[in-house]
Amino acid sequence: MVEIRNLHKAFEGQQVLRGVDLQVAKGEILVIIGRSGGGKSVLLKHLMGLLKPDEGQIFIDGVDITQLRGRAFDQLRERFGVVFQGGALFDSLTAFENVAFPLREKTRLLEEAIREKTLTLLKQVGLADMGHKYPAEVSGGMRKRVALARALTMEPEIILFDEPTTGLDPIMVNAIHRLILDLHRRIGFTAVLVSHEIPEIFGLADRVAMLHHGVVVEAGTPEAIQFSANPVVRQFITGDPEGPIQPD
Amino acid sequence: MVIFLGSALFYTFLPPLKWRRMIARIHFIGAKSLLVIVVTGAFTGMVLGLQVFYTLRKFGAEGFLGSVVALTLIRELGPVLCALMVTGRAGSALTAEIGIMRITEQIDALDAMALNPMRYLVVPSILAGLIVFPLLTAIFDLVGIYGGYLVGVKLLGVAGGTYFGEMETYVDLRDITQGFLKSLSFGLLMTWVCCYKGFYTSHGAEGVSRATTQAVVLSSVLILVWDYFLGSVLL
Repeated sequence: MVEIRNLHKAFEGQQVLRGVDLQVAKGEILVIIGRSGGGKSVLLKHLMGLLKPDEGQIFIDGVDITQLRGRAFDQLRERFGVVFQGGALFDSLTAFENVAFPLREKTRLLEEAIREKTLTLLKQVGLADMGHKYPAEVSGGMRKRVALARALTMEPEIILFDEPTTGLDPIMVNAIHRLILDLHRRIGFTAVLVSHEIPEIFGLADRVAMLHHGVVVEAGTPEAIQFSANPVVRQFITGDPEGPIQPD
Repeated sequence: MVIFLGSALFYTFLPPLKWRRMIARIHFIGAKSLLVIVVTGAFTGMVLGLQVFYTLRKFGAEGFLGSVVALTLIRELGPVLCALMVTGRAGSALTAEIGIMRITEQIDALDAMALNPMRYLVVPSILAGLIVFPLLTAIFDLVGIYGGYLVGVKLLGVAGGTYFGEMETYVDLRDITQGFLKSLSFGLLMTWVCCYKGFYTSHGAEGVSRATTQAVVLSSVLILVWDYFLGSVLL
């Protein structure tokens, strides 16, 4: 469904992506792991269309999205849902209004239908009674769940998660992961998720890819990654300060 | 900055216009600035009334007080002071709001939903500035003229009929048009600069603070510079 070929990106002379090759199959959950500053979020922003690569292509169902412009690009973006690192909820809107926002702006649904769908989504993420709260009034975990509900609003085929559990306690991390798995089973979207949560992500992912120094050093099933012979992957999973990855 | 303005103007004329957001911006930039405009307008007029009265008295020309106060306010002080006050009150908040939306990825979220941030954030602000600035300036002028009346007529004894009579004789439509054009261009300048600085904010809270300061300083300087050039062309 998604194919990334030889993706390169540099910022002010600093090479962040150095030829990323990665495939995501329809309906799978792919988790991208790697050190902070390793280019994971940059890679995700290319998939969102927020950044254009210096070199390389990204194909969605055979269409190179790096060449798309205008309406065609917008139509493709409508197939994506995004959960940003901090939630990126509109702080002037309540949780309900945040979830209803894409419906109000992008559809001609009547207010009654919007209300019904929004309440269903809030219920799915366990926040049926919190719709009247503003983002500043709810916890970090709730913000992430509202963001997830908003990402699901337009029934996207692909959902991109940028560190959806960063800064949350371990119980909340597992609760969010369980929620993603549950929604994935029910709705059946394709998910690309950037995360640092090891070992929790092994229970969530269908496949795991490790990005290091701007390239995918290994991609495979959670078991294959957990028992990888690659010293970079091994060191990252065990969190050992000694090894080929040097702490900053 | 020029490309940013060009893009904003392009989306201004490309429907659909976000009416609700524009009305919210008119309320934010206009209605919420009313008090500060009335207070500064009143005191500017009162100070003008006082200073001009004593200057004119040296020439025995106190009768011209009304026309001098009105011309000064309508052609120059009204548009400029009003623009500076609104920049301080609403422009800084505009930059901070858009800047925070940038650093918390809210603008990226709009983009990711295939909703144009320019259309949502910048166009309504620029249109609101174009609508609100002339109206606020008119209020500033009116209150200022009344402030001058209070000091000149009620306090210092100029005849009320002379104050308004001379004003009617010497203030013509050309003066009002000049003030209107100035306030219109200041509305565009302020919203353009403040939206631009907010839109391209980076580096967290410090970046927002820096962008806000830069937006207010740059808007204020550009307003004064543009005032001179526009004034010299329109005279």
